[in-house]
Amino acid sequence: MQFLLLASAFVVATCGLIYELIAGTLASYLLGDSVTQFSTIIGVYLFSMGIGAYLSRFFNRNLIRVFIQVEFLIGIIGGSLGAVLFLLFPWIEHFRVALYALVSIVGIFVGLEIPLLLRILQDRFEFKELVSKVLTFDYIGALVASLLFPLVLVPQIGLIRTGFLFGAFNVFVALLSLYIFKKELKWVVSLKVTGFFCLTALIAGFFLSEKITSYAEQSQYPSRIIYSKSTPYQRIVVTENHQDYRLFLNSNLQFSSKDEYRYHEALVHPAVSGVKSPCHALVLGGGDGMAVRELLKWESIEKITLVDLDPEMTQLFSSKNILRELNQNALLSPKLQIINADAFTWLKSNQSSFDIVVLDFPDPSNYSLSKLFTTSFFKILYERLTPGGAIAIQCTSPLVARKSFWCIDATLKSVGFMTTPYHAYVPSFGEWGFIIASHQPFQIVKPFCPNLRFVSEKSFASMLQFPDDMSSIPVKINTLNNHCLVQYFESEWSEYSH
Amino acid sequence: MKLGAAGMASSAWGGCFSSPKPIPGKILGASVKVGHLLRSGSFPIPEEIGEKSVVIVGGGIAGLSAGWKLQKAGFTDFTLLELENEVGGNSQSGGNDYSAYPWGAHYLPIPNPESAYVRELLEDLHLIEGYDSNHLPIYDEYSLCHPPQDRLFIHGRWQDGIEPKSSLSAEDKLQFERFWKIVDRFKKAKGSDGKRAFAIPLVLSSRDQRFLALDKMSAAQFLSAEQLNSKYLIWYLNYCCKDDYGATIETVSAWAAIHYFASRIGVGANAGPQSVLTWPEGNGHLVEALRAKISPHIHTGSLVYSIDSQPDFSHVDFFDLATQRSFRIRAQNVIFAAPRFIAQQTIPKLPRIQGGKYSPWMIANITLKQLPAEIMDSFSWDNVIYESESLGYVVATHQRLDRLLRGTVLTYYCPLVDPDISKSRKMLLERTHEEWVDLILKDLQRPHPSIRQYIENIDLWRWGHGMIIPTPGYIWGETQQDRLRTFQKIHFAHSDMSGISIFEEAQYHGVQAAESILRNLKTTHHTQNAYEFPI
Repeated sequence: MQFLLLASAFVVATCGLIYELIAGTLASYLLGDSVTQFSTIIGVYLFSMGIGAYLSRFFNRNLIRVFIQVEFLIGIIGGSLGAVLFLLFPWIEHFRVALYALVSIVGIFVGLEIPLLLRILQDRFEFKELVSKVLTFDYIGALVASLLFPLVLVPQIGLIRTGFLFGAFNVFVALLSLYIFKKELKWVVSLKVTGFFCLTALIAGFFLSEKITSYAEQSQYPSRIIYSKSTPYQRIVVTENHQDYRLFLNSNLQFSSKDEYRYHEALVHPAVSGVKSPCHALVLGGGDGMAVRELLKWESIEKITLVDLDPEMTQLFSSKNILRELNQNALLSPKLQIINADAFTWLKSNQSSFDIVVLDFPDPSNYSLSKLFTTSFFKILYERLTPGGAIAIQCTSPLVARKSFWCIDATLKSVGFMTTPYHAYVPSFGEWGFIIASHQPFQIVKPFCPNLRFVSEKSFASMLQFPDDMSSIPVKINTLNNHCLVQYFESEWSEYSH
Repeated sequence: MKLGAAGMASSAWGGCFSSPKPIPGKILGASVKVGHLLRSGSFPIPEEIGEKSVVIVGGGIAGLSAGWKLQKAGFTDFTLLELENEVGGNSQSGGNDYSAYPWGAHYLPIPNPESAYVRELLEDLHLIEGYDSNHLPIYDEYSLCHPPQDRLFIHGRWQDGIEPKSSLSAEDKLQFERFWKIVDRFKKAKGSDGKRAFAIPLVLSSRDQRFLALDKMSAAQFLSAEQLNSKYLIWYLNYCCKDDYGATIETVSAWAAIHYFASRIGVGANAGPQSVLTWPEGNGHLVEALRAKISPHIHTGSLVYSIDSQPDFSHVDFFDLATQRSFRIRAQNVIFAAPRFIAQQTIPKLPRIQGGKYSPWMIANITLKQLPAEIMDSFSWDNVIYESESLGYVVATHQRLDRLLRGTVLTYYCPLVDPDISKSRKMLLERTHEEWVDLILKDLQRPHPSIRQYIENIDLWRWGHGMIIPTPGYIWGETQQDRLRTFQKIHFAHSDMSGISIFEEAQYHGVQAAESILRNLKTTHHTQNAYEFPI
């Protein structure tokens, strides 16, 4: 029995340190700057343990019962700490308050454990032996925890599951104590029921934790998330890492603020330079306002219509300070009209014509995106484009997804467009492809904007050259009733990612 | 399979905390009352309302197609009488806030080169936009079924396509191969008369006894003679026969079953042999296009209860359900475009011929509120469940182009295939809404355990005489010539005449009747009145 009690000291010590490590790791994950996070978490945790130790003096009766209850509470709160923090993060504004509050609560309860255990055992050991034994097991537990955590637990079991697992150990210790002291305790049944309830909840958490992580999804992003929202259409996530802001839609990178100028300049400016005096521009997709920002650099463009499916996107990029800085308040321009609608049905029902059209859709990874690269859609675009106008289209990577790229090219040609394929290197994306579609053979008719960082007449000339590993290959034409582009895209990108 | 896991969790919760509310909905269908009214024969004395060159009885595809052809020829002196409040027959459709949906036929396969009338109609409706350099029709892309077209729920998971592919033994696979080889042979086969063995419309098929002999046996007999007995193959062929004929391989003739597979050779410039044309409202789309062309001629709610046929004209008596009055039209010609068994009841002088059998059908339109995106995105157009009593469901919003943020409608098809048809029909009529809903749920919960919580409404349509069954001997038997024969001035136009209930057959007979009347009128039109040809 004595051995069992000392083993309990070992287990509770291990658990206590694990919670601390979970909190520290999570805070580094979510907030970045691991030195600060670990340092403050350890400080707060140890200080809270001190409070717990101090508070232990106020418990004078039913010590065993109190110990068991404390173990239940640590099991539940400590065990679910990781999951709760994960889930809370995207939803609350003052995450740090919640973080330190939870860490303090767990710390206080953990601080209660050892003093309570010492007092429970005081009649069973000589004092010097008691202190020596309990503290020895306590520190061994700490060593075991600190080695197991990075080497086995996080890589093999995962952060959140580890929490639930050790929560269950705490509850197990409580149930063990219940068994050992059942003769000295009242209300054994109610304690037992509580214990089994806690254990079931933790086991359930353990097995559902994959769902929880995928829901919280934070672990997918190496940088800290500064905004995230699920809209009916997609999951929008914006991350920040040393001034590098990144936008993810459904976990797919849309831009990195470090190099998006390369992408957006390459997308917009060559097409505009090929149109004599563009007046009315249309942007389809591109709710981040970056393409609009580039268009606004041209004085002659008087009116821009932006059609993006998701009102949350355009709202986000016209209201959040950091993002407004990125698109230079493009979405607030008086020249701009924002329409939140499905691009296909909007274009079909709208009869206006445009001198410049920019297609800045996400890659055609599913049917609802692929329909925006079909003959049917391009036919409507052909009708809406003024005779001297040009359409600029982002067309995924011709290096990774060569068939997909040339499939878009072939589809454009099949409805009568002349096409000008070109490509540019965008570090966060890799080698990226674009196509200009026009009624007449396309040529540059006026100088590029002077204040660009990447695209110039000279650099554009080189973008038109396709090396052998991404040159044109025979492909099918993408239609509403075959969506061959989705198949090309899926197979090419899945090969690439493996 | 995401629905599976999510569903299990939610149904477990559902089971713990609430007993489910009953699912609301109505039972619709051809008014049984009106049918009985027809049989009882007590109608007011008809008021004479003059003369028509042509009266079309019945506004299904055959009747509408006859009207389309007359109207196209510049001929206007005709009236179409339809019993129901809406035209369309088996191609009727409905709709709610979420979508239009079919109440019967829901697609048209790419027509064969010989299906000239179908192509002509599709050209008129701009569903064929032109022809490419190989003379292949270019179809309207919006109407061609978008992928994913169909899938099968088998052994706990979905597979692409309806032909079973998973867990097949080598022998099963071999049998499928052999079956498709047989089909391929029949596809290419021509008779001694030089005609294709299996054509659409089927009157263009070869009369070579080699092929017609297949009409004397059941599909099941044919398969056992060919030693085809793989349970997956048999299931698949049963599914196909139920889908097109509302009956199993034991009931359907081998000729009809092979026709299903071997007749279709149509392709387009932008459409393969498996392509179909479809719309949210199914063939209701074609019905509406036809209706719009001849709408001034259509009188709905008109029950034709007696046609007194004379050598030179007919008296068509009908009961107007709205005013509860009877009227008589003196018709120089009648196109009788309702089922044959109704003709026998309505035209007393018509010589009796052995009638066909009709399969009862239940069709349900299941309205679902907004579904999780991963379920929505996983739907194919046609979704079939292996070894189910039903034929599965089609998704009405499949062809929509905008991202769907509202609910959808599933159209669920269930022919009642008991060999004892009167028993099936009785079951169809006796089952309550609640009983049907239970059966549908049981079926759909196999692939979609959580579906119940998304269902807002289930409406049912009972088709007592859903479609003619091509039983052995029906298509090419003794009555074949009798069914086609004009009786005095009454022309018949219905897919019953062919013995298979498909759009192409109904349309063919409707157009044929109209053309034959137009020919007669042309030769005698100086003595007639009330119409002019444009030329």
